[in-house]
Amino acid sequence: MSIVRTRPHESAESSPHRAGELTPLRTPDLRAAVTTVTSARTARLRRRRIVIAVLAALVVALFATSLMVGRTFYPPADVLAVIAGHDVPGASFTVGTLRLPRACVAVLTGACFGLGGVTFQTMLRNPLASPDVIGITSGAGAAAAVAIVFFSLGGFAVSVVAVLAGVAVAMAVYLLAYRGGVAGTRLVLVGIGVAAMLNSVTYYALDKAPQWELQEAMRWLSGSLNGASWKDALPLALAMVVLGPLLLAQVRNLGALQLGDDTAAALGVRTERTRIVAILAAVGLITFATAAAGPIAFVAFLSGPIAARIVGPRGSMLIPAALVGSLLVLVADLAAQFAFGTKFPVGVVTGVLGAPYLVYLIIRTNRTGGVL
Amino acid sequence: MLALLTLTVALLVIMVVSVSFGSREVGLDDILAALAGSTDGFDHGAVARRIPRTWMAVIAGAGLAVSGAVMQGVTRNPLADPGILGVTTGASLAVVIGLAWFGLASATSYILVAIIGAGATATFVYIVGSLGRDGATPLKLALAGAATAAALSSFVTAVVLPRQDIAEGAVSWQIGGVGGATAASISTVGPFLAVGFAICLLMAKGLNTLALGDELAAGLGERVGRTRAIAAFGAVVLAGAVTAVTGPIAFVGLVVPHVCRLVAGPDHRWLLPLSALGGGILLTAADVLGRVVARPEEIDVAIITAIIGAPVFIAIVRRHKVRAL
Repeated sequence: MSIVRTRPHESAESSPHRAGELTPLRTPDLRAAVTTVTSARTARLRRRRIVIAVLAALVVALFATSLMVGRTFYPPADVLAVIAGHDVPGASFTVGTLRLPRACVAVLTGACFGLGGVTFQTMLRNPLASPDVIGITSGAGAAAAVAIVFFSLGGFAVSVVAVLAGVAVAMAVYLLAYRGGVAGTRLVLVGIGVAAMLNSVTYYALDKAPQWELQEAMRWLSGSLNGASWKDALPLALAMVVLGPLLLAQVRNLGALQLGDDTAAALGVRTERTRIVAILAAVGLITFATAAAGPIAFVAFLSGPIAARIVGPRGSMLIPAALVGSLLVLVADLAAQFAFGTKFPVGVVTGVLGAPYLVYLIIRTNRTGGVL
Repeated sequence: MLALLTLTVALLVIMVVSVSFGSREVGLDDILAALAGSTDGFDHGAVARRIPRTWMAVIAGAGLAVSGAVMQGVTRNPLADPGILGVTTGASLAVVIGLAWFGLASATSYILVAIIGAGATATFVYIVGSLGRDGATPLKLALAGAATAAALSSFVTAVVLPRQDIAEGAVSWQIGGVGGATAASISTVGPFLAVGFAICLLMAKGLNTLALGDELAAGLGERVGRTRAIAAFGAVVLAGAVTAVTGPIAFVGLVVPHVCRLVAGPDHRWLLPLSALGGGILLTAADVLGRVVARPEEIDVAIITAIIGAPVFIAIVRRHKVRAL
């Protein structure tokens, strides 16, 4: 096991070497050690695959549940018939027009937030540097709210405005935190300040929104799936199809970046390019999701750490985090709709769940004296 | 001394401005007539509405600024502010819970509940922020505060949303304003603020000693824990009482003491009175701005203070070395 400990950063999948190539096999002891390492690695890989499969199955199950349950219960046969395009009285409207787009938006926003969040956390090596803590979702939300309330924009235009604003905020936070290098702590604090400012812009837009738009406007404060339609799902799906693979293609390079810039460069990674591509893709995913459902509180922040907890700290967290994100949003939305007497926006539930976890994370890091 | 005089004059000027400007402009003679008690016509009515509002802005601003200055002294942390540390959100949540589930009715009970909520939150944030080896560093406190504030404001939404009866005034529990001030609310909150101010001023000398560091302060005969607890209690009373009548307002307690320290230096015996005046000026000016910018409507004062205050917060973060922070 000592061989494993001396190479703590090696990721299980992306390593170009096998342990056996590094140390010539001379004694049975070493051979035994190599066997131990390989079997441990296979075990880890197997666990990872199982966890991912279970997560995916859970997402599918919850997706199906959220299509079936509601004020009226529709059996799986009806739901399948609607999806297949048949006309089922009652179910066609309820499932086809109300529940299906809502569930799709839930899965997609969750995946976008999870992917974007974990990319930031990995790249800045700090779980607190997630886009919803450092103000990027606040920026996208504020821009979307302003675009809707003051400029009466709708549909795709809102997504574009939100994306541009998100990129601008990300750059602004980075530049404001830059003083001969970016310290993670300073970035987080600057981000908190920027988020406070942008949130009050959102509040202002809400204050000006006409009464009948208030429910709609609430979405920009905490994130909500109420009234989600195909119009929201479409740009989101597009973003996922374009940006998701772009980000996933960087998995190996991102893993190398975690070793530090110099090591990554020595391994042949073009560090700046990797970083820019990954940040742009992550910001794109986050902001499209925000434009569709509002800044659903803490999903981006929670997905990565939860995924790491389940899968184990090795290997890329991108896909597990995306699945955890989808799962979080689906569960929270079901709870928000049916667990309490009132229908809450989904962001209130994730906020109430997520903030204690944030506090817990801070307590744990403070206790261990780790660098925040 | 000069600074004190200048700020007093500035406060008086901004108060006059606050009474005369707004959605409707009113001439000086009408203001005088209204001050004399006349309520004929729109102009006099408008002025009569603006007077309590102005007073509220002055005392709320003063309370928040002194509270912020004391919190910065107690925690020896440049980023302390009742808003940033989540104390005002805690007060807000306590009031909302009282309203929704315990049928709070009287204004005094709002204030008491708000002070309890503020105290509980302040204690919690301080404990979370000071875990670990190097104690309560500014980063840890600010993060603990921001996280707690986010959590509590989710709870506020969760409590308020299903209750149409309190949701009507709900926005004011998430974003503070002074528009709803009345003579009655001022006279209710007044005594609490007076007590808070008195406690803070009495502790000014102790805070100066604390600034030397705990060990040196203890060596000089200061009872460190006691001073810290009493001063923090004063700050919590101020923040809680203000939040009970205005809703959460952030950044006043951050910005004003920093500016005052530039002018008057770090002596709390000067810093606290100056901060009180400065806070009154800032909040009143922000309120006037909110009324004038968006005519004929209004912007809640907490929105303006966040937009003014957040850049100051960022500037402080940038100026300090991360280690020192």
